[in-house]
Amino acid sequence: MNKNQAVAHMTDIMAKFVAYSGKVLPDDVYAKLEELRAKETSPLAKTIYDTMFENQKLAKELDRPCCQDTGVLQFFVKCGTQFPLIGELEDLLREAVIAATIQGPLRHNSVETFDEYNTGKNVGKGTPTVFWEIVPDSDCCSIDTYMAGGGCTLPGKAMVLMPGAGYEGVTKFVMDVMTSYGLNACPPLLVGVGVATSVETAALLSKKALMRPLGIHNSNERAAAMERMLEDGINKIGLGPQGMSGNYSVMGVHIENTARHPSTIGVAVNVGCWSHRRGHIEFDRNLDYTILSHKEVVL
Amino acid sequence: MDKKVLTTPLTAEDLESIHAGDIIYLSGHIVTCRDVAHRRLIEEGRELPVDVKGGAILHAGPIVRPIPDSDGKYEMISVGPTTSMRMEKFEREFIKQTDVKVIVGKGGMGEETMKGCQESKAIHCVFPAGCAVVAATCVEEIEDSQWMDLGMPETLWVCRVKEFGPLIVSIDTHGRNLFEENKITYNQRKDEATEEICKNVSFIK
Repeated sequence: MNKNQAVAHMTDIMAKFVAYSGKVLPDDVYAKLEELRAKETSPLAKTIYDTMFENQKLAKELDRPCCQDTGVLQFFVKCGTQFPLIGELEDLLREAVIAATIQGPLRHNSVETFDEYNTGKNVGKGTPTVFWEIVPDSDCCSIDTYMAGGGCTLPGKAMVLMPGAGYEGVTKFVMDVMTSYGLNACPPLLVGVGVATSVETAALLSKKALMRPLGIHNSNERAAAMERMLEDGINKIGLGPQGMSGNYSVMGVHIENTARHPSTIGVAVNVGCWSHRRGHIEFDRNLDYTILSHKEVVL
Repeated sequence: MDKKVLTTPLTAEDLESIHAGDIIYLSGHIVTCRDVAHRRLIEEGRELPVDVKGGAILHAGPIVRPIPDSDGKYEMISVGPTTSMRMEKFEREFIKQTDVKVIVGKGGMGEETMKGCQESKAIHCVFPAGCAVVAATCVEEIEDSQWMDLGMPETLWVCRVKEFGPLIVSIDTHGRNLFEENKITYNQRKDEATEEICKNVSFIK
């Protein structure tokens, strides 16, 4: 494969994977929804879950996007410095989104700000958004794909607390979002929390937290304990599926953290809706790929 | 549990025994109707080109596809509800002027819509969000389309539906509002849970 062929090959794979990820939920999300469904007892919650699962079945059968809001595409890239297409990656992901928009089809969700027109291709200035992490001495590339829908993007919030507010302040900040905007963001939610210094560091961490597969906790013992406490606490609110009440509220709470300035605690919340359309794909230097998020996928 | 199916056209009597929290299904006709259509009727005083008296509207911007060789017919591909609260400003007056009986959308609506539902005998229901394929397959045929100058999402698509649902009644004709009631409970529970967590996170000492 020469370079042009390699670029075309990777673009094609990413386009197909993005389109697919709008139709089928990742394995861990599907399993968690099944678990939560089984634990609901009211006829209302059960009926809503039945409809959600029927929808996923139909989306697969009819080959249609499972939710009409296919979001703005975001890519979290971990790229080795020796990966052969490191220089081409950002452009090819953009091309992949344009192709997926036709193949999916995906809804046109990229509106140029200030000029205020929809590009009709799902790409625009800075969209799709690519977040980079460079990995030294590696020739591989792993990519998390995410469709950020409008409903679950809306609750996003970040602020800087004074240290006096402590982790009690962090708790209150997260909990308040759940009953204000979280309620309408299509629960059961995946809650991402960033704890750092400033708004931008905390905000980015809170979104990265949503890329973590379900069932894995923060490696810091206290952070992991806080994840469990928040999960239990939010579940006690009993938002249920779609916020219409039930026994549970969330698929999980993920906290990502860095060190902070002694004078500040930056905190941010991001939520994913029940239709959490995340994908994970890894490429080696020969562009052979492995998809870890969806076992059954054939591109 | 028996499936409660309402068929349009509906009267005030048909809705009397329906209560907030009930699950119903709708057969007959439902018309997609959202931001600009509400604005045209209420603010611009233009007559709605579809008669929804006794009928139903859906707050949604669907994806439709032209049916090949069909003389201008369209097929419903994906139709998920959109946030109803955006129409709160207009809905009470909309109900009064059109005598629409069922409003379907996502999330709750406020005080004004609740009053409108009570005085003109109408209900607001929620279709589970993120279930756009289920909703699309409940549409048997798009029979008419009006105000197409508004573009695909805002066009009034007149859909013939069969057992469209499940629809969860959020506002009934008796002045009950499920979302507002739930919010009170949720906030109480949130405060209790927050207090409990705060006992265990004093990491700064």
